[in-house]
Amino acid sequence: MMETADVMKLFLKYRDDAVVLSGRGGRHWVPITDNEKLDATMGDPAMGGHASYALGIALAQPKKKVVLFDSDGDIHMSMGMLATIAEQAPTNFYHFMLDNEIYATTGGQPVPNAKVVDYSGIATACGYPKAHSYSELSDLEVGMPEILAKEGPIFVHLKVAPTIENTPIGQRKPWNNRDRVKVVQDVRGELIGV
Amino acid sequence: MAETADVLSPETVHQKFKEHGVTHVIWLPDSETNFLFTLLNADPDLHMVGVGREGNAAAVAAGLYTGGAKPVVLIQNTGLMESGDSIRGWLKSLKIPCVMMVGYRGYTRHGVTTDTAADFTEPFLNAFQIKYYLVESDSDADRISVAFDECEKVNGPVAVLVADEFHGFNR
Repeated sequence: MMETADVMKLFLKYRDDAVVLSGRGGRHWVPITDNEKLDATMGDPAMGGHASYALGIALAQPKKKVVLFDSDGDIHMSMGMLATIAEQAPTNFYHFMLDNEIYATTGGQPVPNAKVVDYSGIATACGYPKAHSYSELSDLEVGMPEILAKEGPIFVHLKVAPTIENTPIGQRKPWNNRDRVKVVQDVRGELIGV
Repeated sequence: MAETADVLSPETVHQKFKEHGVTHVIWLPDSETNFLFTLLNADPDLHMVGVGREGNAAAVAAGLYTGGAKPVVLIQNTGLMESGDSIRGWLKSLKIPCVMMVGYRGYTRHGVTTDTAADFTEPFLNAFQIKYYLVESDSDADRISVAFDECEKVNGPVAVLVADEFHGFNR
């Protein structure tokens, strides 16, 4: 099992000029990013929508790599998007998924059948041409550059350790240094110059 | 004598999309919009994105806008209601201008409805503070342009309620 912070640090080495949607890994990505303007760091506008949002950016910007760090809870909520993404088949889309088996931000309740669900298998069954699964950082260190060198869409399941948040949402220290409207403006500005 | 119905033709909707520079249509069909889908799908300049749940359409539209494209959402009122939190989070909160073409299932001009989908459609839009325009026929088509202009002004979603469901359902 890996730490999300280590996964994000590893990815940073290979980021290049990709648009990054750090999803539930945002608190670990914001402090280390090398290009905030291309970070669609959203937190959680509405659960289950990260893959849809990332697909939209990938379709609008087919020449730009789009890298998403999705989560198991989000995937459960919108599993049908895997079929939509596979049908659209954006070659610039890299769909990583952080699987901690729980709903970490709401106190650590279990995701349904979390230890059993074969996420990579579901992705390929939905039509993703390639899918991988990693639970050890040493293996991911080998796999990451190979994955990002290939054409997407690629699904990458990552087994990570949970970090449970158990304080009321209103009392948590915000980790995102930009509000979401600013994030949209920044990314849009960087991509199309407005 | 045969009656000539004043209906909303799919070609009119398609033309409005072209006029306003729509690049992508995110859709989940209802039983009455297949003809429109066929027409839109045949246009090589329009990119169709089919989703399995209407709430996903809101987030896809937000991503397309962020990437510089101009999306339209094409769904039924039942799916609109299913999408509540996604519309709130991905379109309203992020201030994404987007026209949502919504099939107004169950609508009748005389107001006697037997379909709860129609009963709750406008109360839903009002609760979410989403402006909407009713379009029943080609003669109402300018309201589609009004909706496109309006969504840019408010930086958010604006709905077009398609009350004829493309097949004269309301006649």
